[in-house]
Amino acid sequence: MAHIVDRRLNPGGKSLENRQRFLRRAKSLVQGAVKKTSQERDIKDVLEGGEVTIPLDGMHEPRFRREGGTRDMVLPGNKKFIEGDYLQRSGQGSAKDSGPGEGDSEDAFRFVLSRDEFVDLFLDDLELPDLAKRKIAQTESEGIQRAGYTTSGSPANISVSRTVRLALARRIALRRPRKDEMDELEARIAECTDEDERAALVAELEKLKAKSKRIPFIDPIDIRYRRFETVPKPVAQAVMFCLMDVSGSMSEHMKDLAKRFYMLLYVFLKRRYKHVEIVFIRHTDRAEEVDEQTFFYSPASGGTLVSSALQAMHEIVRERFNPADWNIYAAQASDGDNSYSDGELAGMLLTEKILPVCQFFAYLEVGESGGSAFDLSDSSLWTLYDRLRNSGAPLSMRKVSERSEIFPVFHDLFQRREKQEKAAP
Amino acid sequence: MTDKTGRLFEGADWDFHTLQRIHDACEGVAKKELGLDVYPNQIEVITAEQMLDAYSSVGMPLFYKHWSFGKHFAFHEASYRKGLMGLAYEIVINSSPCISYLMEENTATMQTLVIAHAAFGHNHFFKNNYLFKQWTDADGILDYLDFAKNYVSQCEERYGRVEVERTLDAAHALMSHGIDRYPGKKKLDLRVEEKRAGRRRQHEEEVFNDLWRTVPKGATKSRSVLSIERRRKLLGLPQENLLYFLEKSAPRLAPWQRELLRIVRHIAQYFYPQSQTKVMNEGTATYVHYRIMSTLHKQGRITDGNFLEFLQSHTNVVFQPEFDDPRFSGFNPYALGFAMMQDIERIATNPEAEDREWFPDIAGKGDPMGVLRDVWANYRDESFIGQFLSPKLMRHLRMFHLHDDPEERAGIRVDAIHDERGFRRVRRELARQHDVGFIDANIEVVDVDLAGDRRLILHHHVIKGSQLNETDAKRVLQHLADLWTYDVSLIEVDANDKVLREYVVSPRPIPAAA
Repeated sequence: MAHIVDRRLNPGGKSLENRQRFLRRAKSLVQGAVKKTSQERDIKDVLEGGEVTIPLDGMHEPRFRREGGTRDMVLPGNKKFIEGDYLQRSGQGSAKDSGPGEGDSEDAFRFVLSRDEFVDLFLDDLELPDLAKRKIAQTESEGIQRAGYTTSGSPANISVSRTVRLALARRIALRRPRKDEMDELEARIAECTDEDERAALVAELEKLKAKSKRIPFIDPIDIRYRRFETVPKPVAQAVMFCLMDVSGSMSEHMKDLAKRFYMLLYVFLKRRYKHVEIVFIRHTDRAEEVDEQTFFYSPASGGTLVSSALQAMHEIVRERFNPADWNIYAAQASDGDNSYSDGELAGMLLTEKILPVCQFFAYLEVGESGGSAFDLSDSSLWTLYDRLRNSGAPLSMRKVSERSEIFPVFHDLFQRREKQEKAAP
Repeated sequence: MTDKTGRLFEGADWDFHTLQRIHDACEGVAKKELGLDVYPNQIEVITAEQMLDAYSSVGMPLFYKHWSFGKHFAFHEASYRKGLMGLAYEIVINSSPCISYLMEENTATMQTLVIAHAAFGHNHFFKNNYLFKQWTDADGILDYLDFAKNYVSQCEERYGRVEVERTLDAAHALMSHGIDRYPGKKKLDLRVEEKRAGRRRQHEEEVFNDLWRTVPKGATKSRSVLSIERRRKLLGLPQENLLYFLEKSAPRLAPWQRELLRIVRHIAQYFYPQSQTKVMNEGTATYVHYRIMSTLHKQGRITDGNFLEFLQSHTNVVFQPEFDDPRFSGFNPYALGFAMMQDIERIATNPEAEDREWFPDIAGKGDPMGVLRDVWANYRDESFIGQFLSPKLMRHLRMFHLHDDPEERAGIRVDAIHDERGFRRVRRELARQHDVGFIDANIEVVDVDLAGDRRLILHHHVIKGSQLNETDAKRVLQHLADLWTYDVSLIEVDANDKVLREYVVSPRPIPAAA
């Protein structure tokens, strides 16, 4: 007797554990491949997962294999050879190896990573700086969750199934006459010819009717409400401020660099926090909060006052993002121009208002492709920030001029490291 | 069971009742007409993803965890997704009950085909072929694999994943040389094997007493110098089963490591008959499915349309490209096996004068199924081809034998073709091509320098000048040395005992010495 079994519904992912082991073993190789792949890709699909190729060297499973020597083979499909013929070695079909050559086809190994695996490996050795600071300060908000049933509550929370079930139980227990019982009785009355019997039946029907009136279909004591309980829930939210100089000196190329950096930062934060908000602040000589489209693409012109953006950020934080509830990250991109007189004010705003509430503040100085700008002396903003940093402000700053540098710079900023760019509390 | 028209199914759709009907119909034909003797069947319908899972653990439903299976999974998955590789229609496991996995996307015709092929063809072969009877234990294999899986994970818990992985890596590298090629020992009983491992562990735990280590040792006995002969005898040398030798004689392996080697060795042994009977196994299954499908069609239980669908997949399966065809990659075991089975049927029922001369035992004997069942039970690829490849089939496939000697300047010589002078030589060569004895390198442990530095000495007997691939050989020897924990040397010698090459490998230091 045969058993026929449907295994299709068995839990999948039987090979998951082996796959994890393989990835763990090949980690450094895969990581290298992921970095390489991600550089060639557009940032938008950078984290889409997908195929990577790794050299098979470390993953090779050696066996004793024989090669060379004299070979004998029997082949099908002889057309013209007779015994004693000689075949030329090079370039003829018959010299094809009859066994599948494993050695060559396997020296590079391609396989597909899922999105999560890709992101994990991509950001594996990166770490959010200064996480500890906010961990203690994290407030707890309240969430609600289901917690059984209750006899009182709002009508919106009536649990119909539970109520009907209890009503049914009560009706059965109290022997409330069922409708079909009474229908049957009525039918018998209608058919009945004998007066006495008819009277008895009518009396019985009346009795049943009275009883069913006494025992209601649904009684208030049947009604149940769904109960909810409040539970404390840790906050896992972050806000990311994108500050950018959009004055005329910022070229499309520079904006593109900044955008890429912001995207990486977003993905990175998204991995840590359930909820990430982004605030875009662009500035010329005055700052405004804008949506993403305007931020990156809409033209603006004017002078450059960095302090205006910092002031705007400070106000938004004060209004909407209580530092106790939010992890605040900020990244500023600029070509480094700033009006000379603004330096003092910007420095003050930064050290006194912004940095104390920020988890992390990064300054990215973007330059024209080719990087010639950096051969000149440091820009005014760079000089200012550099001075602040040297005096102990927790600032991270880097210069970028090529698209390919974005990831290395990002990587460099968030690398796991000993307390280095960390400042006084 | 069947509906009024007597058809098993209409169109391509099937459900589980259809499968049951198909199975019963196939069983009827297989038992009554073909006289097959099979293990009880268990038919499991699986998805493509589950098929990929099965691929990566050598087709077995459960297996211990190891990264190399993950690698194969990733590889198969990538090539499947890109459409480079189709998946098999079925996988069948040599166990009792015999488990066949069918892909859910097969059509009803394909399900009939694979049930006939796997659940009856392969199943009969597994149950009756002498190699499988001798070397594998179909009743115990699933339990043993379960034991192996648990044992490996317990070891990982106790001794660390890295340690276990290293031992398994080494064992896997030597897997192809962890096989007993010659019968003589008793047949493996995997259930007993599993109990034995458990008892041994328990015993060790019970009698463990740390005090014994402090008991002073007696004066060392003066070591009598063993003669070489005696020493080799004590160690059971020469020994070609390298894993067995290490399990029994490696000086510094922990008991659990020996058990791991034993597990790998048993599994290698379980698969050994399959590699020796590819042509016969597939030939049998293909012949059986062809007979069953034809009979069902004749009985009117399969429509003409469905039968044509079957014929198309059947001809794809038994297609043998010629040597100069770009699709050629050696002999197709399905094609060769099926052709030979049909040929034997022809010889038994309708022989020609030539066949009577070549096959006096079976020519004209009638009862083709009796002859075939006997063949299926008592031969492996090498002896099967060596005995039953007929001149007619050689002519039909236009076989010829090439001899490629690198020394020969003129090129590759055509040594024999499908003519009166060449039949026997072509047949002998083809049989040799299917002899694992010639395919696998012949490596054996010949000696251990017990009195000196405990170096392990292996010989590779080189056949026809074909030496080992250097990179791989070094890596495998490295694994071997790590298990042996002293130097290992491998000497390649030719038929005249001339040394062609010598490898010496020292063990890597163990990072965290236990």
